[in-house]
Amino acid sequence: MKDWRYWLAEQRGTLLALGIFIVMFVIYTSNHPAGFTANVVQTASNKGVLLAFVAMAQTLVVLTAGIDLSVGMIFLLTNCLASWLVVGSPTQTAFGVIAVLLVGLLCGAINGAIVIYGRLQPIVATIATGAVYYGIGLLLRPSPGGSVNEDLADALTGRVFGVVPASLVVLLAVVLVIWVPFSRSVLGRAAYAAGSSETAAYMSGVPIRRGKFAAYALAGLLAAIGGLFLTFFTYTGEAAYASGNAYTLFSIAAVVLGGVSLFGGKGSAIGAIFGALAFRTIGDLLFVFDFDPLWQPLFQGVILLVAVSLGAFALFRVRNRLEWFL
Amino acid sequence: MSETTLGGIADRMPKFIRRADPAVLTAFACIVLLLFLGSLYSRSFLSPDYLLQQLKVASFLGVIATGMMLVILLGQIDLSVPWAVAAGAMMACAAAAYGPLGVALAIPAGVFCGVLIGIVNGIGVAYLRIPSMIITLATNAVAQGLMVVYTGGYSPQDSATGAMRYLATGFTIPGVPNAVIIWALIGAAMVFVLTRTSFGRTVYGIGNRERAAYLSGVDTRRVVMIAFAISGGLSAFGGVLLAGYASKAAQSMGDAYLLPSIAAVVLGGTSILGGRGSYLGTVAGVILITLLQSILSVMQMPEAGRQIIYGVVIVAMLLLYGRAPASR
Repeated sequence: MKDWRYWLAEQRGTLLALGIFIVMFVIYTSNHPAGFTANVVQTASNKGVLLAFVAMAQTLVVLTAGIDLSVGMIFLLTNCLASWLVVGSPTQTAFGVIAVLLVGLLCGAINGAIVIYGRLQPIVATIATGAVYYGIGLLLRPSPGGSVNEDLADALTGRVFGVVPASLVVLLAVVLVIWVPFSRSVLGRAAYAAGSSETAAYMSGVPIRRGKFAAYALAGLLAAIGGLFLTFFTYTGEAAYASGNAYTLFSIAAVVLGGVSLFGGKGSAIGAIFGALAFRTIGDLLFVFDFDPLWQPLFQGVILLVAVSLGAFALFRVRNRLEWFL
Repeated sequence: MSETTLGGIADRMPKFIRRADPAVLTAFACIVLLLFLGSLYSRSFLSPDYLLQQLKVASFLGVIATGMMLVILLGQIDLSVPWAVAAGAMMACAAAAYGPLGVALAIPAGVFCGVLIGIVNGIGVAYLRIPSMIITLATNAVAQGLMVVYTGGYSPQDSATGAMRYLATGFTIPGVPNAVIIWALIGAAMVFVLTRTSFGRTVYGIGNRERAAYLSGVDTRRVVMIAFAISGGLSAFGGVLLAGYASKAAQSMGDAYLLPSIAAVVLGGTSILGGRGSYLGTVAGVILITLLQSILSVMQMPEAGRQIIYGVVIVAMLLLYGRAPASR
């Protein structure tokens, strides 16, 4: 197989997600009353980026064949924390941002420690830690409120050079600073290897524990970046249980749309980002076509159901029936 | 099976104690500990009235956890509980608005909706081989969407029928709430199915190794689908009982039952990887969770503190005895 075809096969999921996103976005903007303007793109990217960060977080964990059902709650917790800390003078704000990110990293690290060193199943462990994180968030913000450094918030949710949405620039920076180095590092490779076959990786002397731990911890960090952005976007902190659950759910949908295998070891965070953007655009299509907003949850649910069922097509390629039972 | 039961009761008792699952014993020990701590706080914790009241509250969770346990024994999980509960409750109440026939069919209608949700889950897991965690999240979202469209985003106005209220709050035998009797009946049926039928043995077999069960000639996919349908139906039935208890359905009434039902099953010593666990453990887990919730609310702990303690207790107890074996 030639190099470029190999590359194409590896990136198929990501390219598919990119394709879906472009098609959906074209439909969205061409039917939007304002059309394809900088304003429309800015609003869409601000909304999409929130989910993109959470979806990246979910990707890291899913790559290790785990799942993090607490990402939505880390997202809420850091949102509530940011509404206390990211205020005041530039120095205070900077420390606030760092503190929020560190808390996110800590939440992820706790998940990782419980799952890897405590040897609990990720699904139960992260549901339980999610309850804890939600509780702390609720402790911080029993009712919606708080504030944020509005200069910073406006700068990061505004536009660069009047055209490019700043949130997209931040997303790109996060990809370059966190995802690219991680996926190329030994730890990143270990996370992939642990996802595709933990036994084989262990036998080959790959540092699977450290790789998985890094994936969980970085997932917390990425969810915290999402939480920061939510604060910049809304200017307040709110511990809304339904919203946290929805983000967890949507992050899984985005990961699936983005071509990341839920069995681990296959896919990339870039794909998940496009999956997230596509998912958000599909959800917003209802508005440009003037549907009752009441239909939105059903619509998103059906998309999710269809998206996860698409994975079943792989069954047709299975030659030996025993491979059904992994 | 017949050979081993010949030993007689005298022979089996020590064996029963020897073979008791340490997880189940720990769970029961924790129940005693919680009751002891509660009685230090207030003397009324040990009164029969309070205990019976707790048992009644526990029975709603118990019905839902029974279905969850069946699915977890398969090595799968059912995250569609919240809206299966809500759909069961809402549809039962909705049916009650359609005259006498609707009132008569209210409970079956609610349970039927849950079974439908469960069948979709089952088809996804068994035939399409989608990870259960994902497909059940998706059906949960779809069920939520359907209910939001149906109710217009508000809690429905229809109220529960007399039969639903009677099942949830009435007394057939003086002193024993009907809800507890229902839980006992469903529990007994579950124990029978798990230990005395080929379906039950197959469930354990699939939980241990689906491949082996398939090669032994079992239609594993049908068993998985039936198990999910039962789980959906029991969740909806739990919702029907809850609607009877509160005399109407509410939007997010099921949200509070997902984590507790999983926690109850897992704390009761059922392996989340499937294939191992007893119903006695689930009973212990349900009572444990209900007591914990009750004590926290009696101590007037705010919601935030309750969530934190709850999560910490679950993680701590799982670390005590729910750990996977060390890798190699």
